[in-house]
Amino acid sequence: MSAAEELRGEVPRAEEPPPEELHEVRVVVNGAARTARVPARRLLSDCIRHDLRLTGTHVGCEHGVCGACTILLDGAPVRSCLLLAVSADGADITTVEGLAAPDGTLSPVQQAFSECHGLQCGFCTPGFLTTITAGLRAVADPDDEQAREMIGGNLCRCTGYQNILASVHRAAEITRERAASSSPAATKRAAAPAGHA
Amino acid sequence: MSSLFGARVQRVEDDRLVRGHGAYLDDLGPDSLAAAFVRSPHAHARITDIDVSGALDVPGLVAIYTYEDLPARLAEPLPLLIPHPALTHGRTPYPLANGEVNHVGEAIAMVVAADRYLAEDAADLIDVSYEPLPAVVGLDAARAAVHLVHEDVPGNRAANEVQEHGDTAAAIAAARHVLELDLEIERSASTPLEGRGVLARWDEQSQHLVMWTSTQTSTGVRAAVAAKLGLDLTQVDVITPDVGGGFGVKIVHPWPEEVLVPWAARLLGRPVKFTEDRREHFIASAHERGQQHHVSVGYDDEGRILGLDVRFWHDNGAYVPYGLIVPIVTSTQLLGPYKPAAYRVEFDSLYTNTVLVTPYRGAGRPQGCFVMERTMDAIAAALGLDRTAVRERNFIQPAEMPYDHGLIFQDGRPLIYDSGDYPALLTKIKDLVGWDKFAPLKEAASAEGRRIGIGLACYVEGTGVGPYEGGHVVVETSGKVKVATGLTSQGQGHQTMLAQLVADELGVPIADVEVVTGDTRRFGYAVGTFASRTAVMSGSAVTLAARKAKEKALRVAADAMEVAAADLEITGGMVQVKGDPDSGISLGTVAVLSNPLRYAFDDAAKAATQFAGGGDMSKPPVAPDDEPGIEGRAYFSPVRSTFASGIHAAIVETDPDTAEITILRYCVVHDCGLLINPQIVEGQIHGGVAQGVGGALYERMAYDEEGQLVNASFMDFLMPYVSEVPREVEIDHLETPSPLNPLGIKGAGEAGVIPGAAALAAAIEDAEGIPVRSMPISPSELFELRRAHGQETR
Repeated sequence: MSAAEELRGEVPRAEEPPPEELHEVRVVVNGAARTARVPARRLLSDCIRHDLRLTGTHVGCEHGVCGACTILLDGAPVRSCLLLAVSADGADITTVEGLAAPDGTLSPVQQAFSECHGLQCGFCTPGFLTTITAGLRAVADPDDEQAREMIGGNLCRCTGYQNILASVHRAAEITRERAASSSPAATKRAAAPAGHA
Repeated sequence: MSSLFGARVQRVEDDRLVRGHGAYLDDLGPDSLAAAFVRSPHAHARITDIDVSGALDVPGLVAIYTYEDLPARLAEPLPLLIPHPALTHGRTPYPLANGEVNHVGEAIAMVVAADRYLAEDAADLIDVSYEPLPAVVGLDAARAAVHLVHEDVPGNRAANEVQEHGDTAAAIAAARHVLELDLEIERSASTPLEGRGVLARWDEQSQHLVMWTSTQTSTGVRAAVAAKLGLDLTQVDVITPDVGGGFGVKIVHPWPEEVLVPWAARLLGRPVKFTEDRREHFIASAHERGQQHHVSVGYDDEGRILGLDVRFWHDNGAYVPYGLIVPIVTSTQLLGPYKPAAYRVEFDSLYTNTVLVTPYRGAGRPQGCFVMERTMDAIAAALGLDRTAVRERNFIQPAEMPYDHGLIFQDGRPLIYDSGDYPALLTKIKDLVGWDKFAPLKEAASAEGRRIGIGLACYVEGTGVGPYEGGHVVVETSGKVKVATGLTSQGQGHQTMLAQLVADELGVPIADVEVVTGDTRRFGYAVGTFASRTAVMSGSAVTLAARKAKEKALRVAADAMEVAAADLEITGGMVQVKGDPDSGISLGTVAVLSNPLRYAFDDAAKAATQFAGGGDMSKPPVAPDDEPGIEGRAYFSPVRSTFASGIHAAIVETDPDTAEITILRYCVVHDCGLLINPQIVEGQIHGGVAQGVGGALYERMAYDEEGQLVNASFMDFLMPYVSEVPREVEIDHLETPSPLNPLGIKGAGEAGVIPGAAALAAAIEDAEGIPVRSMPISPSELFELRRAHGQETR
């Protein structure tokens, strides 16, 4: 151990070894053009969190199983820990920070999670919010089975999923309510029971 | 009693969290150096050499530390947090391995580099040479003790403890009926979605350390770090950021990383951060649950237990930093709502070359509940009695409260139940699940070739464990109320729950109340979040603190308004003569008046300045026994724990061909005293039930004989997705107040998980007609169980 022993602790070096080669990644994130210079191996999740400093996207497993890092890539929910940042060059990305309206109004899914106690520690929540946002675009009025299917690939350790399922249904309802109240015929529909938007 | 207590108040935490504005550990300190660890690939080995030379060419490398670099206090083993007289052979790990590793994942070297990628590069290039030693894996190997985990611990036995109430051997010998059962539970783990993490920043100028850690006890970490780094407590602050779940694992402290990271940050003069990855969490944090039990029970013709003898073996993993809490909890909480005439329990806590074992939600209770409830079912089966009848005959009755078991609980205090109504719980669960109407359903299903079964399990949970918590309430001159308590939050909605209590006490809108937890800058005295204690402990403390603040506010307002304090009330943030809204002054103004000023910092403050007039010129502006400001600080320290209770019932279907197990219904009746926020309590139950189902049907730590954890990923460790949890968790509450705290409440955090394995085992047994004595149970295990019992398989 003698040679290495002296080198323990703070590593003294005459010159720093050459750094990793960097690549430019241009993306649109939550409507804004962003550029990052990253090594080829940088995960998209790490790029979003540490290079673009959008830490709302969380990393729960780094092997694509938990879904906490789910973002919308060109509108589709993807696990950002399974993508390399360089492969997202040119993409349009929505993270949890981009779900609320520009005026700060919570999106229907965000509002539903708050109303229904759909989150506890909140760590997995951004992945659920993005996943359900995309899910409700595909299935606007999910039945129970479809709601379960929608969140079937995301792990939550706190809620036992009961109130997340309730949030899916409530989010669909809020979406309909908002569509009704913003449409010209809103006054007429407000009196009617909630139906398809 | 008041407007917000008992209301389904929407959580104040959520707005930030749903916007992605939470601040979890790894979201902090973006420009910090990153730490990564070289961890043992062997379950048991001597380290013969550590060669770091290969790592030195990694760009961005800053430092590499091994055991030999550690200064004196850090070179000692980490603390044994909870000593116990029976823990005769307590061993704890070194922050970095000192020549020997005792489980896969034990830390050997710490690398600090510009970012985590580079730190891991360097860690991979450090060459450690090992001389492998035989690994002790599993309780059978630990008990056989052919090989030892620690050379100086004979029989691998960390502890042996016996507790007894009555003469159990004589009672069993005299009983008409005796049963013997072997019952086993395997390992699982807390598995929060966020792993552990630490960020430390040393300020050389002020000689002050600030650290953020994903912990369940910031004050515990602070004290431990100060001791290990040779600092005064006032030189260290520990802040708990948003924490992505805890479930017990984060009460352990200090983790090796929690002392090494601040130490390195101080040495290097730069912030250092460690963020645990998922594999590390599996192999380098903590597990729980693994126990083997042997039961001897003597009972009468009615099923009343005359003598109960439980001998069990607890797998404590490689080290015991958290002492004997888990097996002590099993041995005491096993009794549940029952009163065996005589009870003896003896356990060995045994070392194995596996990840250490510390409390995971439920903390030994799921095992105890499994043992007791399986025993109840076995007695019922042997006597041909209804399972609920046997339970009812053994219940402690409400009139017998407080009930003294004659044992010592995990807090070192007598095991005395404060209140509870177990017969009422049983009535409720039978109604909820339709217990008495199940037989025809089962018969009808059977006629269709389907197997369905029903089971239930009762538990009692000691919650609100001491020694104390404190609270601080201060009214700002803006009228806003700032509340602090020292224990920490991991998603339980503490800010909401505590704000409800303070808003009620002070008569202010909940929107004006802001609660901070787990920040030693705000509150320095605390114990931590565990044992379902926050509502009881900190809820009571902040209530008492708010009462003090209110008393002061009324006194100051009474002086200013020239009325008697007794004639005043606070409502909507206004102090007014009772029933006279026009008479009021705002609480913020009262806060201004409470602080005699020389200098006006704004218009409102002018009222309190020295030439503003008023006041008795013969007296000092602040009376000798008074203080400026509207503040209250209070501590709550109960004489002993308060005992919550409940019963779960499950109906399952087992597939005759595939042995797949499906939960058809899952019902919960729950008594945690008065409910502060039913929505939050139900959320806790939902989450607990999911973990109970995971522990019963899916989760296990799959160690091979060499001590490799072969399922150390979310791909292989089967944590429930939505597809694995019951479609609905049907809940009914009973509210039996606790006499031990000012709010009449009991803890609710852990209960949901406790009876899961027991209730599901009972339901599967009922469906199959085969005894289920070991959990978790997978379809393939059920299939094998059928074969072992000679059932034809199709």
